[in-house]
Amino acid sequence: MSPSVPLQEMIRAIRSARTQCEERGVIQRECAAIRAQFRQVDNGARSHNLAKLLYVHMLGYPAHFGQMECVRMIASPRYSEKRVGYLGAMMLLDEKQDASLLITNSIKNDLSHSNQYVQSLALCTLACMGSAEMCRDLAPEIDRLLRASNSYIKKKAALCAVHIVRKVQDLGELFAPAARSLLSEKNHGVLHGAVVLITELCERNPETLERFRKTVPDLVQIMKGLVISGYSPEHDVAGISDPFLQVRILRLLRILGRNNEAASDAMNDLLAQVATNTDSTKTVGNAVLYETVLTVLDIKSESGLRVLAVNILGRFLLNNDRNIRYIAMTSLQRIVGTDHNAVQRHRGTIVDCLKDQDASVKRRALELSLALVSASNIRSMMKELLLFLSSCPPELRAQAASGIFYAAERYAPSQRWHIDTILHVLTTAGGDVRDETVPNLIQLITNASELHCYTVHKLYRALLNDISQQSLVQVACWCIGEYGDLLLRGECQETEPAQVTEDDVLDALETVLQSHMSSPATRGFALTATMKLSTRILDNVDRIRSIVSIYGSCIDVELQQRAVEYNALFRKYDHMRAAVLERMPVIEKNSPGHTNGESAGEPMKEIQPPKVKQGEPLLPQQPANQKDGVTLTLSCEKQSDSVLTVTLTASNSTDSDMSSFTLQAAVPKVCLSTSNAKEAFSVRTCTYSRLCKTTQSYDALSYDEHQSVRGKVWSIRCKTTNYIREEENHCLISKINKAVAVFNKKLYHFPPPNLAFNSRC
Amino acid sequence: MQFMLLFSRQGKLRLQKWYVPLSDKERKKISRDLVQTILARKPKMCSFLEWRDLKIVYKRYASLYFCCAVEDQDNELITLEIIHRYVELLDKYFGSVCELDIIFNFEKAYFILDEFLLGGEAQETSKKNVLKAIEQADLLQEVSQTPKIFT
Repeated sequence: MSPSVPLQEMIRAIRSARTQCEERGVIQRECAAIRAQFRQVDNGARSHNLAKLLYVHMLGYPAHFGQMECVRMIASPRYSEKRVGYLGAMMLLDEKQDASLLITNSIKNDLSHSNQYVQSLALCTLACMGSAEMCRDLAPEIDRLLRASNSYIKKKAALCAVHIVRKVQDLGELFAPAARSLLSEKNHGVLHGAVVLITELCERNPETLERFRKTVPDLVQIMKGLVISGYSPEHDVAGISDPFLQVRILRLLRILGRNNEAASDAMNDLLAQVATNTDSTKTVGNAVLYETVLTVLDIKSESGLRVLAVNILGRFLLNNDRNIRYIAMTSLQRIVGTDHNAVQRHRGTIVDCLKDQDASVKRRALELSLALVSASNIRSMMKELLLFLSSCPPELRAQAASGIFYAAERYAPSQRWHIDTILHVLTTAGGDVRDETVPNLIQLITNASELHCYTVHKLYRALLNDISQQSLVQVACWCIGEYGDLLLRGECQETEPAQVTEDDVLDALETVLQSHMSSPATRGFALTATMKLSTRILDNVDRIRSIVSIYGSCIDVELQQRAVEYNALFRKYDHMRAAVLERMPVIEKNSPGHTNGESAGEPMKEIQPPKVKQGEPLLPQQPANQKDGVTLTLSCEKQSDSVLTVTLTASNSTDSDMSSFTLQAAVPKVCLSTSNAKEAFSVRTCTYSRLCKTTQSYDALSYDEHQSVRGKVWSIRCKTTNYIREEENHCLISKINKAVAVFNKKLYHFPPPNLAFNSRC
Repeated sequence: MQFMLLFSRQGKLRLQKWYVPLSDKERKKISRDLVQTILARKPKMCSFLEWRDLKIVYKRYASLYFCCAVEDQDNELITLEIIHRYVELLDKYFGSVCELDIIFNFEKAYFILDEFLLGGEAQETSKKNVLKAIEQADLLQEVSQTPKIFT
């Protein structure tokens, strides 16, 4: 035992400190003493002092004043001092410190030292913290050691070379020849180092990889020797001969056999042998089997061998050891794309793992289960997944919810099932769904026109039950607003109709409006739904008017603005109200004019850059509407990142002038105060002074005078500001399609195309 | 391997070996966060976890946690074996090792580790050879420390 008593005394003193403060005191005293000792001339106790400092450093206290001492100690001729000096260098110096360069020379000298333990210190330190420059400097030395030294040094030099190659990729070429010759050594340590080095070289350089393919037979031979050989006490671990070396060889074979028929063929038999003969009762056997499976699945193996590999993974899945189950699922995840059917066979076990206690295992099981969902098993898988969702740990809920949505979208056997599934998710995990869920669901509902009645009934009941899940409440409010008439009509084919009165519905919406659980976005939905009902119900319009006017003085700016506008819709534009609030058209997915239906009011966490370039028209001009010689067309342009310009162009092709004309357009407004795109309408009134030859654009504010000139074209531009992303632009556009123009005291109604012209003089 | 940490159940670091260049501050932060994460795990849980962008393999032996951060392509099960081999080496060297041995002889724990792993990879797969090398190095150290009696 070396006399490190002063070190142990210090450790004892520090540990006996009862408080943090006391400990700091002891440490400060010791550090002061150490500093003083460092300044002194060699006193024979240098290594003890540095060791003390290193202990203090490990406790978390600063120790940079020891860096130069490390440099000095490394240069000392005494082994005891070198040993601690190098240890200090590895702990205190990293390649980012300037002092690390100072030891390069010492390392160089020690690499050629006559004593192999000194050489070992130098090699270890270089491999641990050598910087790129140090590596470049010393690479030739390492190469020399790789070729001509004893096994003890060779194995270390090999791993040192690995570090060098990681730092300076070009130097790989230097070591390739030596690495090749090391494969014929008998010493396991050297072989292991050689295999690691060759693996590193091949991973980094495809040409080197090509050259080393020739070594496959040699590697197979070595591996065979390990697998078949009798008991070797030196390398045996639970009946497996040198599992560490076996695993590394298998990994190298994987890299060499990838994408190469010939190499894969050469190793086929060996892999089969290892797969069948390795004892899998202990972890160490399973480690080798695991690596074998990874190799088989990655190279161009025979189908029989692949089946064998997948079966091994299947066995792993049933293993009692949780670790084994975990890595089985990790591997299955990798091949679920390529060997889908093989993995499907184990679906039952994987789904069972959803119920495991461990969160890592659950996560793996979830990912695999989602990957295994297909059209044939969607119903049963969804049942399991929904069950999982109701009891899964919070960090997995978002992933589970979005995975379920994706699967439902791809494989839904019916629209009703789809809607039911989404509703189920919203009721269970509404708080964890992604933002696009609400608009996506709304679009889905809009498009399932036969199910409107069913959906609104279901959502109404869900709303009565629980108004805390915001996404659910938003969708419910939207539905009630759109299809409230179906709800009130009281007949429904798909579900039990409820006896719902107008007051009941308005009560429900008011509850949402007033509840403190409702987010501002949700309240926006509820207010708009209430407004929409004004055209769908018969008796309680006054109640709606009063609700809307109350919110005209709401503290929330967004609600206030909406309420004021809805009030205006009641008062000044009552003639337009029905048209503005009518049912939303069926949205086609991914068509340029329409995307996700309503621009639902979910807060956007990320702003996606709009994809349309400036000045490009977003839509081709809508087909013109013509009546009485007046042609009206609509086009939209993106002026800048935040401004969308809508241009309504009218041309007068009659023989006479037109006078006293007004244009009123209901243009959806995007909220200015937050980044939420909301469903809202505002009415701009524009009037024109005269019709003139060139197209003039006007701001969407009022112009008073009205006089027109025969044959001229005029246009109006409305600016909408602060839209956020392309899909919202399209939402705006789809709503602008509902713009209504009153022209020459005649009401012109814009597409959707099926709608007839309304006119009112 | 990127790093190996040994820590007690109270979260005190007993050994830290870093094979990647990180500043002291970064190391402290990683150690602290990782130790907290592992100590929060229940006893029967999986020995593997994904933490930040690292694969972590850990095992508890008596009052000490042995924790390694490995690369994506590394075999987790063999890493468990590496941890076990290191514990066996410590056990053989100290004779039924316990946490106190590692506290009071921390530098020896490092020396043993450095004879077993180099640059984050196993360098010697024979237990016997590792212990023999340590023995010889210890002997050399003793000789170099003994003051010369005869000049």
